[in-house]
Amino acid sequence: MKKYDAIIIGAGHNGLTNGAYLAKAGLDVLVLEKNAYIGGAAISRELQEGWTYSSCSYMSSMLRQAIHRDLNLSKHGLVLVPFHGMVNYGTNGEALLDYSDAGVAYNHLRKHSPHDADSMFRFQADLARYAQLIRKTLMRTPPDPTSFKPRDIKELLWMAKEFWKLGEKELYEYMRFFTTSAEEFLDDYFENDLVKAAMATPGIIGTALGVYSPGSAYILLHHVMGDLDGNSGAWGLARGGMGAISNAIAGAYKEYGGEIRTNAGVDKILVENGKAVGVVLENGDELYANVVVSNLDAKRTFTKCMDKKDLPPGIYEKAENFKIRGSSGKVNIALSGLPKFINLPDNRFINRGMQSLVGSIDTMERAYDCWKRGRFSDDPFVETVIPSAWDPTVAPPGKHWMSCFVQYCPPVLSDGGWTPEKRDAFGKTVIDKIERHSPGFKDLIVHMEVRTPVEIENEVGLTEGNIFQGELTIDQLFFNRPFPGYAQYRMPVKNMYMCGASTHPGGGVSAACGANAAREILIDLKKPNSVPEDSVYDD
Amino acid sequence: MKSNSDMTAAYIDEQLKETHFHPRSSKFNVRNAWGVWNGFKFADYYYDVDFEYFCVRNSCGTYDICPMQKYYITGADAEAMLNRMVTRDISKLKVGRVTYLCWCTDEGRMIDDGTVFKLGPNSYMLTSGSPCIAWFKKGAFGYADVKVTDMSDNIAAMAFQGPTTCEVLKKMGLDGIETLNPFNFRHFPLNGDSDKKLMVSRTGFTGDLGYELWIAPEYALELWDALYQAGENYNIHPYGELATGMVRLEAGFILPGLEFNEALKTVRFEHDQTPFQLNLGWLVDFKKPHFNGRKALLKEKEHGPEYTLVKLDIDGNKCAEGSYLYNNEKLKKHIGYITSTMWSPVVKANIALAMVETKYLKGEIWAEIYYSKEMRPHLKVAKCILRTKPFWAPARTRAKPPLPF
Ligand SMILES: Cc1cc2nc3c(=O)[nH]c(=O)nc-3n(C[C@H](O)[C@H](O)[C@H](O)COP(=O)(O)OP(=O)(O)OC[C@H]3O[C@@H](n4cnc5c(N)ncnc54)[C@H](O)[C@@H]3O)c2cc1C
Repeated sequence: MKKYDAIIIGAGHNGLTNGAYLAKAGLDVLVLEKNAYIGGAAISRELQEGWTYSSCSYMSSMLRQAIHRDLNLSKHGLVLVPFHGMVNYGTNGEALLDYSDAGVAYNHLRKHSPHDADSMFRFQADLARYAQLIRKTLMRTPPDPTSFKPRDIKELLWMAKEFWKLGEKELYEYMRFFTTSAEEFLDDYFENDLVKAAMATPGIIGTALGVYSPGSAYILLHHVMGDLDGNSGAWGLARGGMGAISNAIAGAYKEYGGEIRTNAGVDKILVENGKAVGVVLENGDELYANVVVSNLDAKRTFTKCMDKKDLPPGIYEKAENFKIRGSSGKVNIALSGLPKFINLPDNRFINRGMQSLVGSIDTMERAYDCWKRGRFSDDPFVETVIPSAWDPTVAPPGKHWMSCFVQYCPPVLSDGGWTPEKRDAFGKTVIDKIERHSPGFKDLIVHMEVRTPVEIENEVGLTEGNIFQGELTIDQLFFNRPFPGYAQYRMPVKNMYMCGASTHPGGGVSAACGANAAREILIDLKKPNSVPEDSVYDD
Repeated sequence: MKSNSDMTAAYIDEQLKETHFHPRSSKFNVRNAWGVWNGFKFADYYYDVDFEYFCVRNSCGTYDICPMQKYYITGADAEAMLNRMVTRDISKLKVGRVTYLCWCTDEGRMIDDGTVFKLGPNSYMLTSGSPCIAWFKKGAFGYADVKVTDMSDNIAAMAFQGPTTCEVLKKMGLDGIETLNPFNFRHFPLNGDSDKKLMVSRTGFTGDLGYELWIAPEYALELWDALYQAGENYNIHPYGELATGMVRLEAGFILPGLEFNEALKTVRFEHDQTPFQLNLGWLVDFKKPHFNGRKALLKEKEHGPEYTLVKLDIDGNKCAEGSYLYNNEKLKKHIGYITSTMWSPVVKANIALAMVETKYLKGEIWAEIYYSKEMRPHLKVAKCILRTKPFWAPARTRAKPPLPF
């Protein structure tokens, strides 16, 4: 019976990255994927002939450049294209535009509030300072604060030094940042409600928190800590859709000799004498390996793919209680033409990028109230992006597709479970809202894919449809991710590891989780490290 | 007191010339970022450098090459004269083909590089970045039947580059454009009118799929309009000098003033370069009889060039602008210098062209990089890896036929 050096469960982009670095170090690696296609939440799918949706994630900014460069992802077909034009709409259709030229952007912001135009500089500097520190930790394994191992102590000292560089005042501010709400944080800078609401949107995306909830300020930071070629906070599109990222990583992985098996869902991780020894597939096949790595979220890994009796006491319960509440929906729409939005000049640089239907701080909080009561919001926050206006490969010429990220949408409805009818009603709420900002929009619709947390869970295996594989709150971040004491990618069962977004640094298409986990596995196997150091722009 | 309009008239000669496409291209120049090329008002960028860079790498863009010099060289002796002037053997060039080449002084120092189109049996078009008419007229001396005509102002030219260019030209009605292979050119009727001859060559300075379009000035705007209409759904947009500087570096192409100093403008002894130094040895054909610089170049070939232009992939992401290069991390022995450098958004690498003393090419190369963080200067010593292939060379550049994107 063949024994692999490593089996990775799940061909999400992190599983593939993990595989690439293990294979690069010379290991014999097998990636098992339940779906017929790879990529997890970073996929491109043609559901309507001629249109390619990025079905789940749709923009890239966190992908670690060091990995992109080291795995030569460009050679494997990956090109990240920045896009322009961010428009935030208020409740009455008033538009806040973000021009790419700083001077022009400032002039526009002054029209909304001279005070806020001025404040924006301080806001950007503060965010940059916080983001800079977090960015440096993305490709480092969190230290265990209770350990006396030299490596942990060294890492803690490094962290202390980095924190200390902030200066005393900022240090306190920084601590506050992790526990405060997006609204409170922004209140210190802005007076204009639309400006504030627009800046608050990254604070709620993908999270079961509202703008007033403590912890939402960090989520905001998580969404702006990325960069594109050194442009902090900038987001780009993967040419060919987000699947291009997964496919390029898979290309590198295969070039290093790695093997991928699709339609190969894992039923259980095999544990013998407290050690992981392999997996059983859903079809009953058994496969063996020295190391088993799970790309699934923490809850799914321990409660679905393991037996409670194989786990040390308390772990199963920790996994059960892992906060992984789904809160977002996704609607992908094929369009016969470019939608026209109200209150926008016919300026190609701002009328076809991101149209964010924000509303106000108040409507955002009310949308969250719906979620709390187990309903989808009737006036949700919808972030729309038109990738086809920038990427010639994802729709026929002159035709377009729009990605709509919808906040909030609960995984369980209080009036009984989700049904196809309720799903369609959710979809209708979204397009009704878009139609209000873009009259005639509905006439352009050629095809539509509506995804509630249920579809996301069923297809991608993200428990409850939580896009980050677990909430990004301080109790589940850094050395607490996924659980305190298990943040170094090693799991309570020997020879078992985790490499998905449930581990540090969390959700988003960063490939960092997979790479960090590979580094730890290689240490345990006494193999030379194949994972590059992160090279951040502001180092 | 003179009125303002009189003032303008008096100073009109202070202004730069405008290209044949200016009435259209200037509409795109929302930032008023004008530079200059051969006396023409020339866009550094129109809207945003990165945006224009990605037009070339992701969709399509146009680059106004009206200011480029274009000379017709005609007559029974045209071939002999050209072959005497340039280092490559053009006697094998077929009608309908283009070739890249360079020309040197008797000392083998490079004057300029450019392309030659074989328009007919005794008829060539030579293009170059800087004016070279005097040099070629001098070269024609002694040949009985050769005429050098400056066509620079009489041909409107535009580069059209990027992955969707073939598709857009097809949309524009250029029948069979997909069968036009790299370094070939062909004539097409503009808007179906055979009197409006549009010459299209599959050439460019971007390393990507792309074409260059050549037409009589009176049809320049009609060409622009037809192309922009066909390209509307492909995000067609003009790109300027700065984006060109980026894409050509990724492709490994050289520029005067950066990689080489034009020999005829060089003041200091050997502060110009030879084709061998510029890694253009493949452009020098010693199998043909005498040509300008032959003797000197033959000698250099035997000895090997003192310096060689190389491609470097530099550690980290700090641009090695104007950096010195050394043979070890301690920065003891200076072995060369960076000529052009950038962070490449498509390759995600810190790339550069550099002149390095040939004898040190086998060893390590380190760059001394100065950069600043919020005005404080920093020094980084970064390892450089030698690359032999262009940083960016997608299969579509040479694809026959090219795919839609
Ligand atoms: C709707 C949505 C929008 C998002 N938008 C963005 C965005 O714009 N930008 C961004 O950076 N991030 C975004 N995210 C987050 C980001 O996509 C994820 O955090 C990231 O892709 C997670 O990658 P992963 O490899 O860790 O896990 P996953 O992508 O979840 O991969 C897990 C893999 O395991 C497979 N699997 C599950 N169970 C089994 C089993 N039993 N056996 C075998 N295989 C199994 C799954 O099919 C999947 O392929 C979004 C996510 C969603 C859902």
